[in-house]
Amino acid sequence: MKICVTAKGDSLDSQAEMRFGRSPFFIVIDEESGASSAIKNEYADAAGGVGPRSAQVLISNGVQVLITGQLGGNAQRAIEAAGIEVYQYRSDGTVNDALKQYRDGSLTRIL
Amino acid sequence: MKIAVASGKGGTGKSTFAANLALSLSKSNDVVLVDCDVEEPNLHLFFDAEHEESEVTVPVPVVDPGKCTFCGKCGDFCQYGAITVLKDDILILMDLCHSCGGCRIVCPYDAITEVPRVIGKVRDSQPDEHLRLVTGVLNEGETHAPVVIQMAKALAGSTPTPAGAVFEHQFRELVCSMADVTIYDSSPGIACPVIETVEGADYVVLVTESTPFGIHDLELAIGVVEKLGIPAGVVINRSDGLDEMTEELCRRHSLEIIMRIPFDRRIAGVQNRGGLFSQDMPEWQGRFTDLYHHIRETGGGGA
Repeated sequence: MKICVTAKGDSLDSQAEMRFGRSPFFIVIDEESGASSAIKNEYADAAGGVGPRSAQVLISNGVQVLITGQLGGNAQRAIEAAGIEVYQYRSDGTVNDALKQYRDGSLTRIL
Repeated sequence: MKIAVASGKGGTGKSTFAANLALSLSKSNDVVLVDCDVEEPNLHLFFDAEHEESEVTVPVPVVDPGKCTFCGKCGDFCQYGAITVLKDDILILMDLCHSCGGCRIVCPYDAITEVPRVIGKVRDSQPDEHLRLVTGVLNEGETHAPVVIQMAKALAGSTPTPAGAVFEHQFRELVCSMADVTIYDSSPGIACPVIETVEGADYVVLVTESTPFGIHDLELAIGVVEKLGIPAGVVINRSDGLDEMTEELCRRHSLEIIMRIPFDRRIAGVQNRGGLFSQDMPEWQGRFTDLYHHIRETGGGGA
């Protein structure tokens, strides 16, 4: 299963990002292999439509779980249609911290 | 001649000015007044008359599931995020679509066609023998005001109908379809709807009030007309007769103050009951007519 955490930087030690569509990076973690990779979000500074376009990046990369602070309405529609589960992380910790809390079951599922 | 009325700030008296100008000029000209404030049109309150209407539609994509392979080319192409390609489905967010038609063109499997989606309407009425009122109405929740404005201007006969657009309703032959004067009443602000409204006008009247807010927003509106290169003049509404700061701003931009409407109890009284002060105070009809001739002589080049 692939998990994506929105992040301000490109590593597991980067600070998690609250925004989804305008998140600078998407850190994708493969739970089976343990491998992680960073996808630079091309739409972080785009004019509009960033929510669904960022959702498309996750869909195309086979992400099944998203951990982020909050989603805009349009992003929500696309993520929901794709059947991706969304968990809310609103602390200012790292990607690793967000993952830990997710695995502990202490994050709230918002979608 | 096409005159646009804009302001920057809301509530300065754009519609009041446009309505009184239209009424005054209709005494000796065929006038079409176009309410381009499509999110909240209200000129019909001054000019109550039966109207005919036609829906305004935009083309939006539909995908033929039998032909689509979910290759993703349409989604990649769309700059507005309107198309999300899922594993075995396509999600189209209609309100994000700008109707560019690009998805249909890039689809290698000919799976996308376009269908009309209603976003608003245009209304046509004839409140007086020499005055026609065209109103654009954007439906609640819709965002593409410029399309409705384009259609309203086209229905007024002042601009060509946008490519691909048709009026589904056959409007009756109107008495003054060939107007001497067309007046576009804009929404406040300086965003897309305002630019769509003033574009193609021969002259822009900027209505302001002598308050810090009026002056601040007037300067923004001046920026728009300067960028578009359209001749403009300033009308000061609710003027105290001094208006030092507005005068200073106009001097800096070489803009003429073409009219002052005084802060007058009688005018306010007429306004408050929804009347037109040039109707109740006919001396104003002459002033508006003189203003029109002045605009023709000094600014507006068009016929």
